[in-house]
Amino acid sequence: MNLWWLMVVCGAITFGIRYSFIAAEGHYQPPTWFRRLLPFVPIAALTALVAPELLLVQGEIMLGGDNQRLWAGLVAIVVAALWRNTLLTIGCGFLALFVLQRI
Amino acid sequence: MTRARPFLLGLRSVMPLLVGVGPFGVIYGVVALQSGIPPLAAMAMSSIVFAGSAQFLLAQLVGAGAPLLLTAGAVGLVNLRHALYSASVAPLLAHLPRRWKLLLAYLLTDEAYAAAIPHLLGRSDARPPDAHWILFGSGFGLWAGWQVSTLAGVLIGTQLSPNLGLEFALPLTFIAIVVPMIDSRAFLAAAVAAGGVAVALAALPYKGGLFLAALAGLAVGAALTGRAK
Repeated sequence: MNLWWLMVVCGAITFGIRYSFIAAEGHYQPPTWFRRLLPFVPIAALTALVAPELLLVQGEIMLGGDNQRLWAGLVAIVVAALWRNTLLTIGCGFLALFVLQRI
Repeated sequence: MTRARPFLLGLRSVMPLLVGVGPFGVIYGVVALQSGIPPLAAMAMSSIVFAGSAQFLLAQLVGAGAPLLLTAGAVGLVNLRHALYSASVAPLLAHLPRRWKLLLAYLLTDEAYAAAIPHLLGRSDARPPDAHWILFGSGFGLWAGWQVSTLAGVLIGTQLSPNLGLEFALPLTFIAIVVPMIDSRAFLAAAVAAGGVAVALAALPYKGGLFLAALAGLAVGAALTGRAK
């Protein structure tokens, strides 16, 4: 029973965080600096998710050739910058990883 | 039906992310059972909490017998970055009835937000009238994929071997979404700051580094735009 309560509490907290600004919109006047931050949310939040995946191997920064995810990620970054195509980027990233793991 | 098109656009956009989310859902199902969580509760958690990394943490803390308050606090900390997504989409949803806001808030995850956002922030400042249908499409797609993969993990998890490296689809898709959005020095600087801080603070508990890294990116980006004007 305790477990179900815990799940409900954690679900409520998670939902509350996601609902916070959506609910508050229109009920408060955010300062202009706050509005200026918002265009950067996708880039800042998603890059924060990606960078450790590429640069860290078991918690340590690894820049050498042994870090296949880093090089496959760099291939994906170049492909994304040149062609702006989601599936092509994912395909080339996986292909690069596949090749690097076998040489 | 003008609603089907944006809904399907959102749904389609989240599909590449499901390739990476699927293995995570399976692993979560396995970890939950190993932590002593009954199958029904493990499944229910995927709809009640519906947050990938927070569910992993929850399962581990339950397995370790951590007190309720600490567990709830840790889950809140892990999900704190979702407040940024909330702030980001809030202006697009302001005109909607409350039931829409409740639904889209419930579905607002990293993946659903990432998949929808390129279609929400166009070149123009005009607000897309069907933004909520795009978000609903990507949110529903991810929700359904998460439930199915969790179920697979709970039912047949130990026989599956999810270690195919498919999780790499997540960073690759995020790269495909983020890189084309970087069209100025301010955006580039925001990305470099966020990425650098995320790597530097990766050892912080409960993903605290992710939230601080995102804040650093926002601050650097806004500071540079402020100076350019």
